[in-house]
Amino acid sequence: MIANTKIGKDGAQAKLVLDNVHKSFGQHHVLDGIDLSVPKGKSLVVIGGSGSGKSVMLKCALGLMQPDSGHVRVDGVDTTEYDTEQRNELMKKFGMLFQGGALFDSLPIWENVAFGLLQNTDISKKDARDVAIDKLRAVGLGSKIADQFPAELSGGMQKRVSLARAIASDPEIIFFDEPTTGLDPIMADVINDLIIKCREDLGATTLSITHDMASARKIADNIAMLYRGKIIWHGKAGEIENSNNNYVDQFVHGRADGPIKMDVA
Amino acid sequence: MNDTNVRQRKTAYNPIGFVLMQVLNACTKVGQMILGFFAGVGKLSLFTARGIKSCFTPPFYARHIGRQLVDIGYYSLPVVGLTALFTGMVLALQSYTGFARFNAESAIANVVVLSITRELAPVLAGLMVAGRIGASIAAEIATMRVTEQIDALVTLSTNPFKYLIAPRLIAGTLMLPVLVLIADIIGVMGGYAVSVYSLGFLPESYLRQTWDFLQFIDVFSGLVKAAVFGFIVTLMGCYYGYYSGRGAQGVGSATINAVVSSSILILVFNYVLTQVFFS
Repeated sequence: MIANTKIGKDGAQAKLVLDNVHKSFGQHHVLDGIDLSVPKGKSLVVIGGSGSGKSVMLKCALGLMQPDSGHVRVDGVDTTEYDTEQRNELMKKFGMLFQGGALFDSLPIWENVAFGLLQNTDISKKDARDVAIDKLRAVGLGSKIADQFPAELSGGMQKRVSLARAIASDPEIIFFDEPTTGLDPIMADVINDLIIKCREDLGATTLSITHDMASARKIADNIAMLYRGKIIWHGKAGEIENSNNNYVDQFVHGRADGPIKMDVA
Repeated sequence: MNDTNVRQRKTAYNPIGFVLMQVLNACTKVGQMILGFFAGVGKLSLFTARGIKSCFTPPFYARHIGRQLVDIGYYSLPVVGLTALFTGMVLALQSYTGFARFNAESAIANVVVLSITRELAPVLAGLMVAGRIGASIAAEIATMRVTEQIDALVTLSTNPFKYLIAPRLIAGTLMLPVLVLIADIIGVMGGYAVSVYSLGFLPESYLRQTWDFLQFIDVFSGLVKAAVFGFIVTLMGCYYGYYSGRGAQGVGSATINAVVSSSILILVFNYVLTQVFFS
C-alpha cells in the first residue's frame, strides 16, 4: 500500500485522492488522466456535460469500477487493488446517493434506510428501525412512511429516503450522483439544503457530480470541471464566475455557442 | 475531392484488391465471433465459480433462501403438476394405441413409469421452470442492475453474489428434485387414471406392474437430472440478469437469453446425463 500525504489546497490532509486515473471502454477513452483531491470535511463538486465521464469517474472513486491505470487513495491508503472483502470494509466509510435513488423495491422504506446497519452490525431489528426513523426525520420525512414501499413514494421523497440511507451508518465520505436531477427547482433546493445539513452534522467529506449549476454553487466548497475525460479547471466555488476559461464560462452560463460542441446530429 | 473519388474508383475497380478486402473482412468477422464466444465462455465460467463459492461461504441469507424455496418450489407446483398429469395421461393413451397392435398392453405401465421418471418429468419440469423461474430471475436481477440497485448493494458492503445469486442457486438446485419427485407421482397417477378408467385395466395389476418394473436408478437418475437442471435455470437467470444491458431493452434481452439458453442447456445436459447413467 502506498502512503500518501497529499495536502489539499487549504492545507487540510486529502481524504480522497484520484491520481492520474485512466479508464477506457474499447477505443473510447472516457477518463484520460484524472487528478483530483478532496480535503477532509470539504465538498468537491465535479461539473461537466453529458458523456464527459463524470459517472465513470465517480464509479472509479467509489470502487464500483476498476481504473485501467492510476490510483485511488482514501486517507492516504491506495485502495485501487482492493479485493471484495477489503472493498466491503472500505465501503463502511462511504455513503452514496444514486441518481435514481436505487432503493430496493422489495423492502419497506425503513429496511432500505437501515440496510447497511442490518447487514454489517449486530443491531436488533427494533433498534435498526429506530435509527431508520431518526434518519428519515433528519431528511424531513415522518415515521408514517417507514412501512411503505419505495414505489408508493414520489421522486423527491425517494431521493430523500436514499439520502437517509446514504447517511444511515454515519459515513466519512458521501458521494452524490446528480442529486437534483429530475426534481422540480424547489425540491432540488430542499435536497441541496439537506446535503449541506447532513454534511455539517456528520462532518463528512463529499464528492458530487452534477450538471445543475445552481446545485453546484450551493453545495460546493471547490468545483472542478471535467471535459472529454480531463479536469480542465479546478478552483474555489466562488471563483467559477471568473474562471477565465472559455469552456467553463460556456458551461456555467449554459450557452450553445462556444468551444464545447454538442453532438446533436 | 477529385483525388478521393479517383482513389475510391481505383479501389472499387481493382478486382484482386476488392476480393482481398472481402476475405479480410470475413476473417475479421469470424475472428471476432470466435474471440467473443471464448470471452463469453470465460465470463460464464468465472460467474459460475463465483456463484458456487458464494453458496458455501458465509454470510448465508436464510430469509432469502426461504423465499426462493417457496417461489421456485411451491409456486411452480401447479404448472409442473399439470404438465406431469397430462403427460402421464397422454403417454398411456399413445402407448396403448401402439402396444394393442402387438397384444402387449401389459407393457403400458412399464412404459409410463420409466418414461416419466427417467426423462419426461425432469425435462418437462426443467423447461417449465426455465420459462417461469428463469425468466423471472433474469428480469428481476436485470431491473436491479438497470436501476443501480446492485451497485447500491455493493456500496452498502453487501456482496451481491451472496445476497442475490447464492440463494437462488441453492433454492433451484434443492427444489427442482422435490418438484420432479412430485411430478413422478402425479405423472404415474395420470397414466393410471387413463389406463384404469378409460382403457379398462385392473387397478391392482396396473399398480403392481408399475412397482415391479421400477428400479431405484430410474427415479434417482431423474432426481440428479432435476438438480442439475435447477442449477442451470437459476444460473442462467442470474447470469443474464447480472450482466444485463441498459434500459427496458436490456431487461428484455436478458430474459430471452436466460430462457433460451437454459432450455437448450437442459436438453444438452439431459443427453449427457442419460449417457452417464445408462450407457
